[in-house]
Amino acid sequence: MSTTMDSITDHGPAHHHSDVDRSGTPLIDMRDISIAFGGIHAVDQASIDLYKGEVVALLGHNGAGKSTLIKILSGAYKRDSGEIFVRGEKASIGNPRDAKAYGIETIYQTLALADNVDAAANLFLGREIMTPWGTLDDGAMEAEARKVMGRLNPNFRRFKEPVKALSGGQRQSVAIARAILFNAKILIMDEPTAALGPQETAQVADLIKELKKEEIGIFLISHDIHDVFDLSDRVVVMKNGQVVGSAKTEDVTKDEVLGMIILGKCPPGATPGPGAMKE
Amino acid sequence: MSEATSDTSLTRPGPTAGAGGFKGFMRATEIDTRMLGMIGALLVIWVGFHILSGGTFLTPRNLWNLSVQTASVGVMATGMVLVIVTRNIDLSVGSILGVTGMIMAVAQTQYITPMLGYDSGLVWIATLAIGLVCGLLIGGLQGFVIAYLGVPAFIVTLGGLLVWRGAAWWVASGRTIPLTDDNFKLLGGGSDGSIGATWSWIVAAAAIVFIVFGALAARRQRKRFNFAQKPMWAEAFTLGISLIAVIGATMIVNSYLLPGPLARRYAETNGITVPEGGLEISFGYAIPVLLFIGVGIVMTFITRRTRFGRYVFAIGGNPEAAELAGINTKRVTLMVFALMGMLAAVAAAISTARLSSATNAQGTLDELYTIAAAVIGGTSLAGGAGTIAGAMLGALVMQSLQSGMVLLGLDTPLQNIVVGAVLVVAVWLDTLYRRRSA
Repeated sequence: MSTTMDSITDHGPAHHHSDVDRSGTPLIDMRDISIAFGGIHAVDQASIDLYKGEVVALLGHNGAGKSTLIKILSGAYKRDSGEIFVRGEKASIGNPRDAKAYGIETIYQTLALADNVDAAANLFLGREIMTPWGTLDDGAMEAEARKVMGRLNPNFRRFKEPVKALSGGQRQSVAIARAILFNAKILIMDEPTAALGPQETAQVADLIKELKKEEIGIFLISHDIHDVFDLSDRVVVMKNGQVVGSAKTEDVTKDEVLGMIILGKCPPGATPGPGAMKE
Repeated sequence: MSEATSDTSLTRPGPTAGAGGFKGFMRATEIDTRMLGMIGALLVIWVGFHILSGGTFLTPRNLWNLSVQTASVGVMATGMVLVIVTRNIDLSVGSILGVTGMIMAVAQTQYITPMLGYDSGLVWIATLAIGLVCGLLIGGLQGFVIAYLGVPAFIVTLGGLLVWRGAAWWVASGRTIPLTDDNFKLLGGGSDGSIGATWSWIVAAAAIVFIVFGALAARRQRKRFNFAQKPMWAEAFTLGISLIAVIGATMIVNSYLLPGPLARRYAETNGITVPEGGLEISFGYAIPVLLFIGVGIVMTFITRRTRFGRYVFAIGGNPEAAELAGINTKRVTLMVFALMGMLAAVAAAISTARLSSATNAQGTLDELYTIAAAVIGGTSLAGGAGTIAGAMLGALVMQSLQSGMVLLGLDTPLQNIVVGAVLVVAVWLDTLYRRRSA
């Protein structure tokens, strides 16, 4: 995994050129979202958007509100105020099923797999393929699982075992397969590489590039800038529940983004948000 | 960007294929090692008691009785599997058995029989239907409080243990209510409540057809998706064992013959002339045992082949993940408890019919035997793991221990000590097994 020392000394701008078309209607537009838990404003008037084929890195310390904001989008939490637009239309998202209906799929940091059932059962959990007699069609589900897993992880063979018997990387690929199996349009990845080794991390990076080509919009959430900086077209930084600012990745350096995360200081290349440090 | 070689993959090499010996054999035949261990333990218990009792345990008569005695707790154990798999517990099943048994007896003697007439063939159906509905409602009510009001299952069913036992007393003011309908009594077994030799063979034949078709359907399914087929020899082996088990069980129940006076009475009522050297009339399978097996098949189908069953296991494995996957976990929990209540009513029908009456103490402590049967049968109290067949075998193990000790003439307190110790040891062994295989 990338060491902190290496990256801090890397002062050059990202050699990444973004070619995302941001002129039309955004895929996702979350406006002025707020949620409080017992008087604490976990997310405070946060706005964030995402375009087709765009990778947006949502950065911030643990407790900055990024996971909470994104759980509102995936239906796990209900917002107190604010609005969500999907492809320009106002969306009502009250539970995970609603979000899935809009093509929003989430890969949680914990992966959220049912550990005691096999890969196919996890891929289709809540959306099982049924036979004409109304019973589970395990054969068809396993065949589909073999197809999608063959694309993501060609060496995967352990279709009959409960997912708790799988390695971290294999579990991750099951979680990703579940997210992309049902024609996701918007993908949320919460700390996608936190539990992975260097090779597995590289594979997730390759996958993200491929999904980008298919015009899927992706939110990458991380507390560690080094995990996601090179993958993203745009970075959005949160601090204390507020958006510090956002910037095209090519317009800012890692150090500048670190300054946003730690101090809340917005660099010249970024658009400041409500949470930016006042000069 | 990532210069890591793309030929590295997220996979670790899987378990080496083609491991020989016992492991390879087990994999090819797809026999569950835990199941095999339980059958082994059962055989040890049976042979042990047979030797200790001087040859009275492994007799058709004792095995037939054993099968009937297992039915009531066994039926409830199949439901307890789902309850425990969802990380809950149900301490009230013995009391639900008591109250639904009492309701059925009172309903039959005071309302249904007077209404439909003494020899109406519908009395038993109406009685059973009332019992099942009451069980479903009681279980559903408890499930509602657990799932939607958020009271822990342990507390709700502990309350239920007291409430329904009290309610059972209340229904008939503590009296014992004798049943009036002879058809209903057939559900309890006995010489009348058994199906005889010919029908037993018909049932066996049906079971064999069912097993063979099941194997063929599995092969067809695997072929449809080009999955690896089970080797032919392994298929033949498991089929052979199943068929031998069915035929063997049928031969045993058919070699348990009606004792002389009963056989004579049977001959008289059916107009058979008694031949020289006495009459040989077989008991065959008892109706409660067939009911037990039927419930086992239905429950296995529910757990393996329906959405509901899949969700029960997913919730047990990771409740949060199930919720995030869009499963309505509250509704599933409510349904699990409603099903458990209904199965307690089935068990109540069996035990009430067996006693020919409903008593106030009926089903006392059955919740503990039911939980023990499920747990001995490999249901994990941590949730997420368990099989119906395992629980059925677990119930048979518990009942074998009890009736074996009765045969040996052990005192009741000593019986309890042995059963309690066996439960703890069995779960300890299971824990060791899980730790090793994890």
